[in-house]
Amino acid sequence: MLDVNNTTRVEMDWSGPERLQMNMGPQHPSAHGVFRAIVTLEGETVVAVDAVIGYLHRCHEKLSETLTYAQYPSIASKTDYVAAMTSEFAYVLAAEEIGKFEVPKRAQYLRVIVAELQRIASHLLWLGTWCMDMGGALGGGATIFLYCIRERELVLDLFESLVGARLLYGFFQVGGTRYDIPDGWAQACRETIALIDSRIDEYEEMLEDNAFFLARTQGVGTVSRELAQDVGIAGPLLRGSGVDFDIRKNVPYSSYGDFDFSVPVETAGDCYARYKVRMAEFRQAIAIVRQALDTLPAGPISSRPALKSVAQIRIPKGEAYARVEGPRGEVGSYIISDGSAKPYRMKWRGASFSNLSILPLIIPGHKVADVVAIMGSVDPVFGEVDR
Amino acid sequence: MNLVALPPWAPSVIAGFVVLNVVIGIVTYITLLERKFAARMQSRIGPYRVGPHGLLQPIADALKLMMKEDIVPTAADRRIYNLAPIVFLIPCMLIFATIPFAPGLGVADLNIGILFFLAVSSMEIVGLFMAGWGSNNKYALLSAMRAVNQIISYDLPFIFSALIPVLLTGSLKLGDVAAAQQGSLLKWFVFYPVIGQLSFIMFIVATLAAENRVPFDILEAESELVAGFRVEYSGMKFALIQLGEYAHIIGSSFLGALLFLGAWSGPGPEWLGPVWFCLKMVFMFLVVTWIRWSFVRIRVDQILALSWKVLMPATLVLLISTAIVVVWRTSAGF
Amino acid sequence: MNAEQARASLASTFGVEVAAGVPLVVTVAPERWEALARYAKDTVGCRFFNFLTAVDWKEQGLEVVARVDNLDENVALMLKTKLGPGVTRCASLTPVYRGANWMERECFDMFGIRFDGHPDMRRILLEDTWEGHPLLKSYAVDTPHPPYR
Repeated sequence: MLDVNNTTRVEMDWSGPERLQMNMGPQHPSAHGVFRAIVTLEGETVVAVDAVIGYLHRCHEKLSETLTYAQYPSIASKTDYVAAMTSEFAYVLAAEEIGKFEVPKRAQYLRVIVAELQRIASHLLWLGTWCMDMGGALGGGATIFLYCIRERELVLDLFESLVGARLLYGFFQVGGTRYDIPDGWAQACRETIALIDSRIDEYEEMLEDNAFFLARTQGVGTVSRELAQDVGIAGPLLRGSGVDFDIRKNVPYSSYGDFDFSVPVETAGDCYARYKVRMAEFRQAIAIVRQALDTLPAGPISSRPALKSVAQIRIPKGEAYARVEGPRGEVGSYIISDGSAKPYRMKWRGASFSNLSILPLIIPGHKVADVVAIMGSVDPVFGEVDR
Repeated sequence: MNLVALPPWAPSVIAGFVVLNVVIGIVTYITLLERKFAARMQSRIGPYRVGPHGLLQPIADALKLMMKEDIVPTAADRRIYNLAPIVFLIPCMLIFATIPFAPGLGVADLNIGILFFLAVSSMEIVGLFMAGWGSNNKYALLSAMRAVNQIISYDLPFIFSALIPVLLTGSLKLGDVAAAQQGSLLKWFVFYPVIGQLSFIMFIVATLAAENRVPFDILEAESELVAGFRVEYSGMKFALIQLGEYAHIIGSSFLGALLFLGAWSGPGPEWLGPVWFCLKMVFMFLVVTWIRWSFVRIRVDQILALSWKVLMPATLVLLISTAIVVVWRTSAGF
Repeated sequence: MNAEQARASLASTFGVEVAAGVPLVVTVAPERWEALARYAKDTVGCRFFNFLTAVDWKEQGLEVVARVDNLDENVALMLKTKLGPGVTRCASLTPVYRGANWMERECFDMFGIRFDGHPDMRRILLEDTWEGHPLLKSYAVDTPHPPYR
């Protein structure tokens, strides 16, 4: 660890390999949030990385023991604040599994639509910030960042007309959803995703023919298939390393089995493979939203509407672990309930927490510039890492 | 009527003074041009509110930098830290001495004009390294080490590609190189069959690297090194470093316009010559800016590989073949 | 092996009752914790390490829970072990699954359980000078800690 009381002049010793300990973060233009990486360098090569997290720790797990099942879903979105819909999804799914609540078909389809739109918005932010890390905030990276933000704003406008909030929603509740889609929303949604579809073509053209981009991402940050499973990373990282596992296909939840979509898998395991997986996921998400909008059934949006008090939802004794396929991987919620209105123990399985733990294992051996490229392709959100 | 006989060195001093001030003025407004250009590329507008269409923005920035507090880190090596911006700025200003803005209109059109330019412009690396070392900051030091690596690697291709027009003219004097391109559009060296285009492209690549512009800006890489060697500078010293950097870019753009794009040649009367020269300089600058705002940067080992394995042999081969072509053409009589 | 075979072989090897369902829940004594994890990885084929956490059952002591998955055969395994009342030591799963590294550090941080054999046992989410372990039921939600409150 760094000796903060003993900062002297940097001694350069030419008689042998000199190791320099450099601190990246927690205030850093590319930290993706608050993250401190203490990198040990030998020249330009990274020899060791000590990842220090916890700057955003709010102890959600203790907080959930003090809030009822009706109160907590709005707070759940603060874990993965970039993909807030999927965070809430995991919690209400777990509660419904223990209590064996029926969720109406319309609510299930609405949940799917919203989750896939959230995936599109989250991946747009990922693409923008990753390219910005690699290209500089005053340079080529900023250009594609602004293009992606422009598209993301369109999706956030859709959410605003649906829920009333742009970033942290309270859309899910135990038993269904809280809001129904207003008139004209389906048409606006179709237009938006058609526009995004054409823009994704543009981005792929811009990036994949670019020799600089390929030089920065191919062969960088390779994660082997065996390491990926051993550490427990999920989502595009797992599928980029050749493991064909997507919760929506293998363990379908909330009527995902009704939709026809494919799961992109790449075998290279490097940053470029993860990039290709996420770009393909854009297209699949757009296809799912179209199918869901076309076949949206009529009916109630919740099996437990009109909550009269926050303690109204009581769940019998039991435990369940529910998982959803978030944009970053497997977001899961393990709830142990004791029959009252509040959970006895709630554990968040954060996708980014597991994904981030791979950094100390794959970064050594790369150059300093690769640290940001790899971190960007891992796509952590620190609300989920620290909870 | 001879009121006061001006001493012989007076015209040069006055010319130097005028050029310095004009350069500083151009530097301030070219930052605005870059910001507007970049903004339009990113589907936004750029500075708009300060003055009509943002025209007073550079003045506001300059005033802000002058009024900022000058912070010196406690552990910094004071003498080196304070001297570094000046040592960095002087070569960047000196390069304007040899550039003729019109036939006979320049500060000092030396016989060894281009040699002076290339030699002086590579001296800014000293100032850069002093800044990195004197800041006593690991980020700055890392950036300074990268800078030394990069500029040393790209100096040679820069010199070789700049020497090709010299070979085609037969003189190191910048005025002669410009004069050799007068007359018609096709006499510009960029239109010289094959050699002209290739050397122009290599000149742009080498210039991008020597100026630390994306995609070769690893030394300031904001996402990794947070402004690199400049990280500990604030206020007026930071302004001096910015001034030096942009002056260097403008100087290289002038050089490129002179060597390849025909300097002051253009349609219209003779007094329009300098105007055309400035327009060509702006064109070169915009090409550099366009590249900057389109690409991600590449890693330091890839940059060095590009220089030593690709650019250096290529420029060397091109230089030798230019020499052969020139000798063959003179002996064949055309 | 698939879920049925896994259930049968786990029940026979470790001599415990394994109820059918998703996931398969296996509870063993703390001494056999690492052996169970190794068996799950090598024999049952659960190579995907999902998470590891702990539960505070007040007077009955702490319980360590881990979940591993076999992604190819779609078998989910929930491994549990009850450390008795007052016990705060447990064997570490880091030699078996590398993903257990950060998860066990979080358990130490939140519950105070020390994992024997962990290469780097220190707090992960809270700062090193923090006193107390927040997720224990004995830790009140509004416990003050300088410099906060």
